[in-house]
Amino acid sequence: MAVTFSLPTVLARLADGQSTIEATGVTLGDVVAQIADRFPRLAPRLRDERGGPYPFVTFYLNDEDIRFRNGFDTPVTEGDEITVVAAIAGG
Amino acid sequence: MTTALAPELEQALRVLPQRCRLCGTHHAPAPEAVCGECLGPLEPSYDPDRPLPDAAIIAARPANLWRYREWLPFEGEPTLSLDSGFTPLVESPALARRLGVARAWLKNDAVSHPSLSFKDRVVATAINAARALGLETVGCASTGNLANAVAAQAARAGLPAWIFIPHDLELGKVVGTAVYGPRLVRVRGSYDDVNRLCAQAADRYGWGLVNINLRGYYGEGSKTVAFEICEQLGWRSPTAVVAPMAGGSLVTKLEKGFAEFARAGLVSGPLPRLYGAQAAGCAPIVRLVESGGEQVEPVLPDTIARSIAIGNPADGGFAAKAIRGSGGWVAAVPDADIVAGIRLLAETTGIFTETAGGATVAGALTLAQGGRFRADDEVVLCITGNGLKTVEALQGALPESPVIAPRLRELEALHGRDL
Repeated sequence: MAVTFSLPTVLARLADGQSTIEATGVTLGDVVAQIADRFPRLAPRLRDERGGPYPFVTFYLNDEDIRFRNGFDTPVTEGDEITVVAAIAGG
Repeated sequence: MTTALAPELEQALRVLPQRCRLCGTHHAPAPEAVCGECLGPLEPSYDPDRPLPDAAIIAARPANLWRYREWLPFEGEPTLSLDSGFTPLVESPALARRLGVARAWLKNDAVSHPSLSFKDRVVATAINAARALGLETVGCASTGNLANAVAAQAARAGLPAWIFIPHDLELGKVVGTAVYGPRLVRVRGSYDDVNRLCAQAADRYGWGLVNINLRGYYGEGSKTVAFEICEQLGWRSPTAVVAPMAGGSLVTKLEKGFAEFARAGLVSGPLPRLYGAQAAGCAPIVRLVESGGEQVEPVLPDTIARSIAIGNPADGGFAAKAIRGSGGWVAAVPDADIVAGIRLLAETTGIFTETAGGATVAGALTLAQGGRFRADDEVVLCITGNGLKTVEALQGALPESPVIAPRLRELEALHGRDL
């Protein structure tokens, strides 16, 4: 499945300045793994040592926080938009 | 009210550099809240050897939050929002009796200038940071109170503001923002959805979104609640403080503020135990403390307490650590108790608070019933917002007022009935 992966500026710096990346995978974890392979400096910012997301980095699949789905095991479908947001705040 | 800073501060305003709370990396002053190394949150870095004022010097300064400026993240003279802070600390013997403690006070930010919530404090620091960093547009993601504060203070400063709120907020919060003339955008979704959009907007447009990319500077304003409590108690700490929790920042800044005053020798004795209250319909930090875990599990909020309905609290882990470390605890209260808490505070103390304040009062009662307070405790409850903003919460809860003709006979009939 081809999806769009959007990064905040703070992470895009580690992906050759690209804030939007096209990638493929069956699950979100697959997509993250593919992007991590393509951008090794970005890899440790997306996944912790156990391969899971960090508490300060939130992944949204379309409009939904993946913690309400199945984390990195959540399946993706063609055209999905994945958005990475760092450390959001209180209001 | 017009106030001025003391003449000793006569230099252009600069913000302090920041440091990552997780990995310690140093960051030059910038509208950034996230560490490029580990994505942890940034906070201002103070010179530990800077000269600090004593109690007499502070007490002689104008009655606003800038009297504590050595603990705020600036060098030089703030130019905006000089009138916020120094709200009343109101003693309530009736509430003390209900809680079974020696004394109880309300830190009453329901009457904060200019927008009637404690968010005036954080916006006062953030808007000065925006000015110091040369940002020409400010804004925020908000559950209501922050929207009011940013809109009001941006209007006074002459700065354009983009303000984002959930589409279905209480009318008072919407009107209390729109009246100042910002670009107010109502987003279909929860506060957490709004927050995500704002994180992307700050990244895209370079605005100073006070609780997003100015968050490190913004949060420091909350410490002034702790500073004022100490000063208003006669330069001492209470034994316990109860605060509402949304994103969790206030509790962490209370901890920091009390510790900073102790370190400066302005107060002595043990630091207060910190207690946090949330609505049962949105209690991720309460659940984290109760479970003993380290990582917040986000929830989908379902409560009338919209101002604290944050399902994904960014500072939840830090708040839980502060509460556990202080020897305090947490309480989650149902909506009916929140309404009862609003009414109890009004009827016993003459303060009309919004739903977050109702959660604080109800939380304190729950904690008291659970044996969390001591008979000799001196407790401060943080009342963070004004009840006129959330009158919807009281619909149907108050007795209907009788309507009579302007005739004494009809009044006598009522009077007799009351007897």
